[in-house]
Amino acid sequence: MITKRIIPCLDVKEGRVVKGIQFVQLRDAGDPVELAKTYDEQGADELVFLDISASHEGRKTMVEVVQDVASQLAIPFTVGGGINSLEDMKRILRAGADKVSLNTAAVLNPELITAGADYFGTQCIVLAIDAKWDEELGSWRVYTHGGRKPTDREVIDWAKEAVARGAGEILLTSMDSDGEKRGFDIKLTKAVSQAVTVPVIASGGAGQADDFLEVFVEGEADAALAASIFHYKETSVSEVKGFLKDRGVNVR
Amino acid sequence: MIGIVDYGMGNLFSVSKALERIGVPYVLSESPEELNQTKGLILPGVGSFRDAMALLKEKKLDTFLHEYVDSGRPLLGICLGMQLLFQESEENGHTAGLGWLKGRITRIPNQDDERVKVPHMGWNQLAFHKESPVLNGVEEGYVYFVHSYYAAEVDEESLLASTVYSVEIPAVVGKGNVFGMQFHPEKSGHVGMQLLTNFAKAMEQSEAII
Repeated sequence: MITKRIIPCLDVKEGRVVKGIQFVQLRDAGDPVELAKTYDEQGADELVFLDISASHEGRKTMVEVVQDVASQLAIPFTVGGGINSLEDMKRILRAGADKVSLNTAAVLNPELITAGADYFGTQCIVLAIDAKWDEELGSWRVYTHGGRKPTDREVIDWAKEAVARGAGEILLTSMDSDGEKRGFDIKLTKAVSQAVTVPVIASGGAGQADDFLEVFVEGEADAALAASIFHYKETSVSEVKGFLKDRGVNVR
Repeated sequence: MIGIVDYGMGNLFSVSKALERIGVPYVLSESPEELNQTKGLILPGVGSFRDAMALLKEKKLDTFLHEYVDSGRPLLGICLGMQLLFQESEENGHTAGLGWLKGRITRIPNQDDERVKVPHMGWNQLAFHKESPVLNGVEEGYVYFVHSYYAAEVDEESLLASTVYSVEIPAVVGKGNVFGMQFHPEKSGHVGMQLLTNFAKAMEQSEAII
């Protein structure tokens, strides 16, 4: 049986991991490769690198980071952030990433999903959605530009369209839950997971091991992503997996 | 020296990096002359079966691969590269494959159960069927799969390991000196590294045959 995946997410700026990561045993807490290795040793199933560089130079550095990670790790990883064209995708995938994640660029130009899937295959294309509950809409609304801009798109429709266009996976972030550490958004995750035929990665809100159990069992997520609870050592990937295993969830 | 067949399909970088990590020298090439200097070949591949076969033919690599396998040297197909070892595929209509292994590449069925998501993406567990040098010392552990099509109607005798995802999915296949892995050993942690190491060893042992 396929396992539920635990995916730590690393924010990378100008080639360095940011967001105050507290791995005290590391010489250099900002080195993406060293952190990636630590998570690999803990049993992370996959990694996501989000490039939050503002500059062109920073983006070039990201390609080097991708090469370093790919040459030292034997687990799959996804790179997102600042990927706006087929050329950007080529650069990142040729450097050794397994998947690219598209967010704002895909909303502005949905054809980008189709082009990427045609060129690299659907398994390489992850659609990232930032979702926020909207009372007026009676559903969740898609946001872009790092959650700053509301769009006129509804989340379930957008997820379905993206999958029809060739997205091989959905990385679903709940803006309502993100940073709250009160658990993943179960309703949202379940709604999207039931609406599409590709794997859904739940993101936003992980605060403890129990939250992962809930999102896998109740939310029907295929994978769960978390950043700060792993970075700040509130728990570890191996602890979460041990907890899940004891409760009958299939993990690696 | 292992040759990685560079025919324009898929991520060759991660396969070559994995070989570097286990200390196996390799050459990346699309030239039959160059690839013929090696003791074993890896046929990687991501993308569509039809495009891949068309590229192999265009580069005259299909004929070369047959001669190579006839020489007794081992060939390992990974992911789409494994699927190409079979007789035919139903992806985008019918396409004939390289044909060493009996079986048909078809889509993972999920019509009856929408909870079965396609692609089959993630870590799944191996179950061994037969002994083989490539499985030596490998545990029945988890490996990383990403695929929407799988090999159906595979001969029992060439099925070395399988996994379950809606149906039984052949994961490691082998017949004579031709091997295939549906998952990505280069992305499958220590289990994957052991499998690649075993293939490299099998290659060294085949030296006598050349």
